Amino acid sequence: MTQSHRLASGGRIDRSKAVRFTFDGHSFDGFAGDTLASALLAHGVHLMGRSFKYHRPRGPIAAGSEEPNALIQLDDGNGRTDPNTRATVIELFAGLRAESQNRWPSLERDVGVINDLFSPMFPAAFYYKTFMWPKSWWESVYEPFIRAAAGLGHAPTMADPDRYAHRHAHCDLLVVGAGPAGLAAALAAGRKGGRVILVDENNALGGSLLNDADGPLEAWLAEVSSELAGLDHVTVLTRTTLTAYYDHNYLTALERITDHTGLVDGKSPRQRLWRIRAGRVVLATGAIERTLVFAGNDRPGVMLASAARTYLHRYAVLVGRTPLIFTNNDSAYRAALDMRAAGTSIAAIVDIRSNPQGALIDAARGDGIRIHTGSVVVGTDGRHRVHQASIARIGADGRLSETLGRPLACDCVLMSGGWNPNVSLFSQGRGRLRFDDALAAFVPDRAMQAVECAGACAGTMTTAGALSEGAEAGGGGIDLPAVEDIVEGPLQPVWAVPSDRTGSRPKAFVDFQNDVTAKDLGIAVREGMVSIEHVKRFTTTGMATDQGKTSNVNALAIVAGQLDAAIPAVGTTTFRPPYTPQTFGAIVGSGRGRLFDPVRKTPMHGWAEANGAVFEDVGNWKRARYFPRPGEDMHGAVQRECMQVRETCGLMDASTLGKIDIQGKDAREFLNRVYTNAWMKLAPGKCRYGLMLRDDGFVFDDGVTACIADDHFHMTTTTGGAPRVLAWLEDLSQTEWPDLEVYFTSVTEQWATMTISGPNAREVLAPLVSEDISTDALPHMAWMEATVAGVKGRIFRISFTGEVSFEVNVPAGYGQSVWEAIVERGKVRELCVYGTETMHVLRAEKGYIIVGQETDGTATPFDLGMDWIVSAKKPDFIGKRGLERPDLKAADRKQLVGLLTKDPDMVLEEGAQVTASDRITIPMPMIGHVTSSYMSSNCGRSIALAMVRGGHALNGRTLHVPQLDGSVVDVTVTGTVFFDIEGARIHG
Amino acid sequence: MLLIECPFCGPRAETEFHCGGQAHIVRPSNDVDDTAWESYLFIRNNPKGIHAERWVHNHGCGRWFNALRDTVSDRFLAIYAMGEKPPAIDGLEDGNDKR
Ligand SMILES: [Zn+2]
Repeated sequence: MTQSHRLASGGRIDRSKAVRFTFDGHSFDGFAGDTLASALLAHGVHLMGRSFKYHRPRGPIAAGSEEPNALIQLDDGNGRTDPNTRATVIELFAGLRAESQNRWPSLERDVGVINDLFSPMFPAAFYYKTFMWPKSWWESVYEPFIRAAAGLGHAPTMADPDRYAHRHAHCDLLVVGAGPAGLAAALAAGRKGGRVILVDENNALGGSLLNDADGPLEAWLAEVSSELAGLDHVTVLTRTTLTAYYDHNYLTALERITDHTGLVDGKSPRQRLWRIRAGRVVLATGAIERTLVFAGNDRPGVMLASAARTYLHRYAVLVGRTPLIFTNNDSAYRAALDMRAAGTSIAAIVDIRSNPQGALIDAARGDGIRIHTGSVVVGTDGRHRVHQASIARIGADGRLSETLGRPLACDCVLMSGGWNPNVSLFSQGRGRLRFDDALAAFVPDRAMQAVECAGACAGTMTTAGALSEGAEAGGGGIDLPAVEDIVEGPLQPVWAVPSDRTGSRPKAFVDFQNDVTAKDLGIAVREGMVSIEHVKRFTTTGMATDQGKTSNVNALAIVAGQLDAAIPAVGTTTFRPPYTPQTFGAIVGSGRGRLFDPVRKTPMHGWAEANGAVFEDVGNWKRARYFPRPGEDMHGAVQRECMQVRETCGLMDASTLGKIDIQGKDAREFLNRVYTNAWMKLAPGKCRYGLMLRDDGFVFDDGVTACIADDHFHMTTTTGGAPRVLAWLEDLSQTEWPDLEVYFTSVTEQWATMTISGPNAREVLAPLVSEDISTDALPHMAWMEATVAGVKGRIFRISFTGEVSFEVNVPAGYGQSVWEAIVERGKVRELCVYGTETMHVLRAEKGYIIVGQETDGTATPFDLGMDWIVSAKKPDFIGKRGLERPDLKAADRKQLVGLLTKDPDMVLEEGAQVTASDRITIPMPMIGHVTSSYMSSNCGRSIALAMVRGGHALNGRTLHVPQLDGSVVDVTVTGTVFFDIEGARIHG
Repeated sequence: MLLIECPFCGPRAETEFHCGGQAHIVRPSNDVDDTAWESYLFIRNNPKGIHAERWVHNHGCGRWFNALRDTVSDRFLAIYAMGEKPPAIDGLEDGNDKR
C-alpha cells in the first residue's frame, strides 16, 4: 500500500529507514520516527479500534499519551504482549505486530456493534441496575455476560520473557517535561551545578516544539540539548513517563528501554522504574486540548485540532484532505492555516463564537477560508469515517436557530474545546487546583510539597511565558531566545453542543474510552447524584485508562450545567497514579521467581534435602515436615515417626525457633514484667516456660527462657513470632521502661538447634557429650554448657513431646556436623529423624498448645486452662489488668478442651465448627471450633483440641461437628491431655 | 512515600520505619476502673491536623522516637526523643498548618 497521506517532505521522520509492520495481519510500511498511529494515518487509515461499550468504530483523536480511542494489542508471538497500548505512542520498529481490540470477527465487521443499536438499553449505570436481581443469577448469568462483553485487550498467557529493573535516584531538582519551560528550568538549574533529572515521555527533547513547524527555537533546542547532555550532574531521560507523584517529593518514572526496538535479548531490561526523591520538582507538563461534545463527535476522522498539526509537522502526514475545523477558541485556526498551507482544502471553520477577533482569524480570512461564526456542528455522517457534517447557527442563549442548508463535505473534523493545563501530577502530589474562568480550566493553586508549575501546565499558554517561567523555576540567570507569540482572543465554552438530530439517535461523547455520553451525565444528575465523585462512579466517566485527560473538564461542566451550579462548586476529580498505564513487570522489577520472597534455610537443610525430607513453608522458613521412606505417604511416615519417638527416640531440627539473647542488670526484672509467671528466683542453669500476654490480656507468644547468669537470659519464641516478640521487647524497653538496663539481640540464626527426644535419647546423646547429662546432673528444665561431638554449645533439658528431651544448641556453622554425628550414633538405638508434622501430633497428644493455632489473638491463659502460669502474687505484669476486664472473666468464653470422636478412625477437619445440637438448621449457633486434629497411633485413635464456649464445664458431654456433606459427627468433650496423662515419662 | 528524619541516622525512606501509633499515652496503674483502662487500651485521637506519634526505625538503628506530623499535609513538624514533651510549633492555628 502506498502512503497516500504522507507529504513528500518535512517531518521529524527518517525517510532513509523504511519500516514494515503489520496491523490486524495486513502489512504496512512507515518510517523510523513514526508512531503506529502516524504510520497508519499516512495510509489514510483512521479506523483503529472499537469502543468499549457500544463497539463503535473509532480512530485516534490525539497524537500523544492522552489518546482514549486507538487502543492496540501488541504481541510479538514470543510472550511479550501488551494490551490497551495507545497507537499514538507506539514507536514503529521493523516487525511490529499490532492488533486492534474489542472486535469480532474483524475491525470492519464487528458483531458487538449490535450493542450500539440497542444502546437505549445501556444507559448510565445499566449494569448496576439491571444485574441487581435475582441474586442467584449473578454467578450463572450476569457475571459471565459482563465478562464476555467487557474488556478490551487480552491478558498474556505466557510467562513474561522480559527483565525489568528498578533504580533509586536522588536529585536537587526534578524537571518533568522537556518542552520550552522544562528545558529552560533544567538548563538554569544545571548551570548552577545542582543534581538535575529531566524526564520526558517523548523519544526526543522539545515537547511542543516537536509538534510545530521548524521555528526560531529549533536552534535553541539543539544547543540546550547538547549542553544538558554534556553536564555530568544532569541526567536526561527520554522515553520516560513520570508515572506517579507521591508524598515528600517521592516520584516514580517509567523508562522504556527496548519497547521501541522490539528487542528481547534477556540482557538489557525492557523497562526501568526510577524511584526518585527530589529536593524540588518543576512540572512542565504542558496542556492537553479538550474535545468538543457534539453529536457524532466520535466518528473516525474527528480529532483534536492540535493532533492534526502534530501529525502534519512531526510526521508529515495529512489526517485528511478536506478538513472541517470546529472550535470555540483561536488555537484551532493554526491547524486550519497549517493544513491549508500543506495543500488541503479547508471545508470551513465553524466557530462557536459570534464575533471572533485577532491575528489568527484575520489570517484565515486572508487565506480565503470560509468561517461560520456563531455556529456549531450538530451532527456528522459516515460509517467508518466521517464524510460530512451538519452545521447550525447557535444563539447567545445556547439554542440552535437556523440550520445550514445541507451538510458540508469533509473527511476530517478538527475540533478544539480549549486547553486543560496538564495538572495530573500536581494533583497527584496533593496540590490544590483553582478554576480559571479565562481558560475555562483548572490550574494549579496551592502546592503541598516543594513543587512549581511552569508554562502551559501553570496556565501560561505562550511560548515566551513558558520559557521565562521555566527559567525562573530552575533558578534563573540564563539568556532566553526572543519569541513573539501571536495574541489569542478569549474562548467561549459551550460544554454540550445541542443537536437537531433526533431520529438517528445522535450520541455526543464525553468520555470516549468508557463510552459515556452527555446524556448519561444528565441521567446521573436526574438520578440524584450531586457530587462529581458519585457521577464518576455512576457513569464511569473519567475512570478508564486515560483517566479522562481529554474529557474530565467537559464532564464536570456538563454536570455543573445540569445542577445549575458553578463548575468549581461541583468540584474536580482527583488524579491518581499512574499517569499512564504501567506494566506489572516494571512494578515487580527483579522481585519474581526465586527473588520474589527470601527463603530461610536452617543449617541442617542440606542434610534434610539429601535425606528425602518433604518441606513446608513456615513464614520464610523451609522446615522439614516429614521424612518418608520409599513407598510411604505422609500419613504413613508421620505415624511411624510418632510411634518411634515414643518407643525409641527421634531427632528434629528446631533451629527456626526464635532466640533472643537478653542481657543487662535489669534483665530479670524485665522478664518478670513481660511474662505472666514469676522469674525473680529462676537460678542460673535453670529454664522456665513463659507465656506473654498483650496489655489487653490475650496470649501473644510463648516459649522457654533459660537463665544463663543473673544478668543474662536466653529466650526462645515461636518460629513465626520471633520478629514481633523482639520488636515488642524493644518497644517496652525503649519507651515504657527506659529506666531498666537491658539489651536484646536476635540470635535465631546464630544457633543450630536440634531436639533429641524419647526413651533412648540420653543413651544416644551421652557418649557424644563430654559432660555428665544424667538426670541428676541435668534434670528436666535445666540447661548446661556442654561439648557435643567436639563442639561447644548448650544443652537444654526441655520437652515439647512429653518424653525425655535434650535441645542441643551449637553455633550454626557446626550444626550439620553435630547433627550427622547424632544421627550416626543413633543408628544403634533406632533413632528416627522426624519433622514438624510429627512434632505437631506429639505435642497435641500431650495437650501442649501452639500459639497461633489454639489461640487466635482472643484467647486468655484461663481460656487455655493455663491458670497455673498466671501469678497471683506479682503486683504487675503485661496483661494483668487486661485479664480483669469483665468480658475476659465471663463463663461462656471459648475454652480449650479435648474432643474424641465416637468413631476412633474419624479425623475432624481443623477449623470445623462445633454445635450443641445434632439437628442442623441454618442458621444455628456455633459454640466452638476445632483447632488441632490428628490421627494418633500412640493413642490408637484420632484426637482433637477445640475452643468451645464454656468448654471447661462440658467434660464428658456429647457435642457435634457438622460436616461439609451434611452429616454430623458426634464427639465427646475430654481433657486436653491424651497420652501419659500423669506426665511421668518426661522425667525419665 | 514519606521521608522521615531518624534522629540517629538522618533522613530515610518510610519503608524503613514502623509507626507505633499515638504518642504520650501513659500506661495507667492496675487499680484504674474499667473505663480508664478501656480508654488506655482502645481510645485514640484521630485529628485532622497535628498528631503526636511514635515511630521506630526498625530497618535501621532500631530506635524509637516521637514525631509531630500534620495528618493533612503529611509534613513532619518536629522529631523529638522518647520521654520528651512535644515542642510548641509556631504558625499553627486551629490545629492546622497555615504556613
Ligand atoms: Zn535510625
